[in-house]
Amino acid sequence: MTIDAATVRKVARLARIAQPEETVEQLARELSGIMDWIEQLSEVDTDGVEPMTSAVHVPMPMRDDLVTEGGDPEVVLSNSPKRVGNFFVVPKVVE
Amino acid sequence: MSELTSLTLKAALDGLASKSFSSVEITQAHVEAVEAARALNAYVLETPEKALKMAKASDARRAAGTAGPLEGAPLGIKDLFCTEGVRSTAGSKIIGDFKPTYESTVTSNLWRDGAVMLGKLNMDEFAMGSSNETSAWGPVVNPWRTQGGNAQLTPGGSSGGSASAVAAELCLGATATDTGGSIRQPASFTGTVGIKPTYGRCSRWGIVAFASSLDQAGPMARTVEDTAILLSSMAGHDPKDSTSLPVETPDFASFVGKSVKGLRIGVPKEYRVDGMPAEIDALWEQGIAWLKDAGCEIVEVSLPHTKYALPAYYIVAPAEASSNLARYDGMRYGLRVDGSNLTETYERSRAAGFGAEVKRRIMIGTYVLSAGYYDAYYLKALKVRRRIADDFDQAFEKVDALLTPTAPSAAFQLGDKADDPVAMYLNDIFTVTVNLAGLPGMSVPAGLDASGLPLGLQLIGRALDEGTLFSLGGALEKAANFRAKPQKWW
Repeated sequence: MTIDAATVRKVARLARIAQPEETVEQLARELSGIMDWIEQLSEVDTDGVEPMTSAVHVPMPMRDDLVTEGGDPEVVLSNSPKRVGNFFVVPKVVE
Repeated sequence: MSELTSLTLKAALDGLASKSFSSVEITQAHVEAVEAARALNAYVLETPEKALKMAKASDARRAAGTAGPLEGAPLGIKDLFCTEGVRSTAGSKIIGDFKPTYESTVTSNLWRDGAVMLGKLNMDEFAMGSSNETSAWGPVVNPWRTQGGNAQLTPGGSSGGSASAVAAELCLGATATDTGGSIRQPASFTGTVGIKPTYGRCSRWGIVAFASSLDQAGPMARTVEDTAILLSSMAGHDPKDSTSLPVETPDFASFVGKSVKGLRIGVPKEYRVDGMPAEIDALWEQGIAWLKDAGCEIVEVSLPHTKYALPAYYIVAPAEASSNLARYDGMRYGLRVDGSNLTETYERSRAAGFGAEVKRRIMIGTYVLSAGYYDAYYLKALKVRRRIADDFDQAFEKVDALLTPTAPSAAFQLGDKADDPVAMYLNDIFTVTVNLAGLPGMSVPAGLDASGLPLGLQLIGRALDEGTLFSLGGALEKAANFRAKPQKWW
């Protein structure tokens, strides 16, 4: 298996997804199945090939660094799970 | 007034222009059809009040002589498009209550041109799926059934709601998106037309991101001409999307009906895959014969890296998705499930909010981007992607467009492939290459299989050459004379 239970736990932690322990083995099998199938890419000769990072061949446009809209906290906060006044409420980050 | 829902978009626009009926009338007819078709689960949100309000405003604009190109036409909108003040969930629980405070550029363009919104269409969660079964709101059901059968079939995915709604006449046309085949495979499964334009043709601004270098919006409708009309409205340069191309949008409908005589059509031999039903092969041969009859020259071409497109896609797309979906952290919007500290709150929110397939893809993406694997997987996949794009470049030195099947099968039963991720991924074997290369691709209904289910053929064009696809699609449509409709059971 390409991906074992320990790797699943590590990747789940990196991805910030809680993964119940009883599901780890099953997920390891599924992900390994996918990665084993992906493994066939190693057959392709890619020596000297430039990686393709974009589907369009135009240079990134530049724009003026100006505020276009803003100043409306109600709009910004309208979907917040928790707020106090004009602030988002989040769990404590610094002790 | 069920006959109003059976009109093509073009016929409806003509009828509205000649005042044979009003936008309120045709919108009301659609609202009733949508309410009567809830068994299909195509709409996740019906907005009848908004629709009738927009229709009234549209009729007023027409009376005032300021009608736009889509004036009064009721459309369905895939739930991946953010619509101002109207719940937009991307098929996910993690933003299950999300009400955007802005409108996507593509839908803004449609409303600018006078269209009316009927509601939001169901889809695979974050557009990750090929059968609509990953939707948090339950799968869409295909209006088509096998002859004499009553099994529930998938409309395909991820734009399954769009496909089902168009096929069942629950809108005149719909918006959709395509990251690996999500417009074209559902079109093939439902006997409808769908086009994924060139990457950069439509702005991605306000469309919930899945894999940003592959995602592209496009229309689905019942005729080639209808998709052309819709795409001309949807497309256009948008400074808010840095990958949006600064090019003029042609009047795509003017290409439909143009002669295709003398065009060179490539038939890629690598698309003859093992285990493909003989009927699909036969339909492909039929399509070749139709284009020959229309005066095209058929050329066999080779796209040698075709078989590596799907595995490369399943690195590139999850990698981008893992990054894009990092924003769902339960802090500023979306679902929050409290934990004992910040990290645990992130982990619990995301575990509760994402479905199994989305989690799988985030995990794959995180894995291939993690330290030690980046070069072996991600960089390798980007190099293979270049090889695939080069294959197309070489083919397009010899031909003007390519003809292939759209999907390796007809619509299958809901539940049939749900347990095998790789078998599900293989649905996109003929469509995904186009996304990797950024090219336009269109699916046109071409016939029925022995059990009475629709099958589509795919046309692939050069970058920004959708015009040729609309001409060829029109020629195929004319030759196929596809008139079949699903028998109403819902």
